[in-house]
Amino acid sequence: MLAPSDPTKIGRDLAPVVEILSADKVFPNGTRALAPIDLKIVEREFLTLIGPSGCGKSTLLKLIANLIEPTDGRILWWSGGFDKVGTTDRSLAFVFQDPTLMPWARVETNVRLPLDLVGMPKAESRARVKDALARVGLEGFARHHPRQLSGGMRMRVSIARSLVTAPNLLLMDEPFGALDEFTRNRLDADLVRLWWERKLTTVFVTHSIYEAVFLSTRVVVMGARPGHIFKTMTIDEPHPRDEGFRNSPRFSEHCRVLSAALTEVSLEQMQR
Amino acid sequence: MTRPFLQSEAAMSIIAPLIVGVVIVVIWEIGCRAAHVPIFLFPKPSDIALKLASDWTTLLGALGVTLRIALQAFVASILIGTLIAFLFVQSRAIEMSLFPYAVLLQVTPIVAIAPLIIILVKNTQVALTVCATVVALFPVISNTTLGLRSVDPGLVSLFRMNKAGRLQTLWRLRIPSALPYFFGGLRISSGLALIGAVVAEFVAGTGGRSSGLAYEILQSGFQLDIPRMFAALLLITLAGVGLFALMVVLSKLALGQWHESEVGAET
Repeated sequence: MLAPSDPTKIGRDLAPVVEILSADKVFPNGTRALAPIDLKIVEREFLTLIGPSGCGKSTLLKLIANLIEPTDGRILWWSGGFDKVGTTDRSLAFVFQDPTLMPWARVETNVRLPLDLVGMPKAESRARVKDALARVGLEGFARHHPRQLSGGMRMRVSIARSLVTAPNLLLMDEPFGALDEFTRNRLDADLVRLWWERKLTTVFVTHSIYEAVFLSTRVVVMGARPGHIFKTMTIDEPHPRDEGFRNSPRFSEHCRVLSAALTEVSLEQMQR
Repeated sequence: MTRPFLQSEAAMSIIAPLIVGVVIVVIWEIGCRAAHVPIFLFPKPSDIALKLASDWTTLLGALGVTLRIALQAFVASILIGTLIAFLFVQSRAIEMSLFPYAVLLQVTPIVAIAPLIIILVKNTQVALTVCATVVALFPVISNTTLGLRSVDPGLVSLFRMNKAGRLQTLWRLRIPSALPYFFGGLRISSGLALIGAVVAEFVAGTGGRSSGLAYEILQSGFQLDIPRMFAALLLITLAGVGLFALMVVLSKLALGQWHESEVGAET
């Protein structure tokens, strides 16, 4: 049962990828989105942020992506500042809630965008685009326009675009939230396989208990007003996970525990 | 076998207005004949057609003059309007300080400032072009500015996260996003350029060899040659429709691959 290279078994001696050191966020309109947060994300971890609406999980993810800056406290990437992010072995990619594709550009152009922006020659980028599209199962759709694809396929294009730079840290903000459950389950299975093959460190935001348990090595339950970390759970199960895991009693047990934690945090919120 | 084609959207959009047009012309012709309306009050369609056939060289020459002014003004308004729009999106301060003046230019009736422009600009043709440009400019400015600003915020974040430069963001993101709005502006502007050219001609009242359709209408009015007046009017209208159709085709060519407005509803 026990996979020897399971990241959760390697323990906590892995190098930190992101360190959040009492970072908080107050928006200019005075809304306190996040209370000071301390969180360490280590290599090869699949960390999921879950919690009720308004608990600041998306804000926390944007802080990690440096899309916004903390009001107080600091964030370290690979034990350094953000200026070194983007260099070899220190790149991050962000997958948005929506596919966020350029409607005028073909699938291949959309996927190639991050490479084009750093000025990589076409001869070099072509193979990487092809590889990224193959990884999400869209080999035959390179010349299509986004509007010709279904919602699930567009999301896969978005994931291919994030993979094309071979990132070390993948940040995903409810990427499958708008999809039907069947498509979501399939993409979840694809994602967990990709994460496993590529040894990607991933931070994932979701509303779905099943998704969190299926994907993660660690789940952070967050509460609201202001956003804070309520509880951290380790999903100590072997990888790679498949449909069999989804149907196992262990899976149900994890879901039950996580669900109880979410109920608890909602009650806590109502009492405030 | 022809039924499916006749019922198709494309066929309907051509045939339906055509039928309406034919019906109106027939009623017009019969009505004028039945009521014995004098030709100098309201000519029949057949009178206009005859006049068009007999005077077509002068009328077509006049159309050429008007069209040239309109097209010059249209091109000038595209160039100037786009340039101003790019200037506006560089900073809110620039836009806020200059936009009211663009509106001022738009709301001032061209008839009121045309005499001034004609006095200030020595060459009449240039003066007319300037007048028509003033009329056609505003839709290009406002639409292109709106388009350059209407960028998917997610894509802006994506570009920023990939450390894209200002030029890269402009070329790869802002300009393509603005294209549908830009073409919307061109459709309005093309018609306005023609209107501007005709109105300016009316005010200027140019004589001599290079006189446009507005001059023809004025002259016909003085001479009570009403069929000729209608013929000139018809040519102006046709030119406007032609310009608009040209813009529709251009927009289709540029956006047909991807934009909702140009993609058929069947997919």
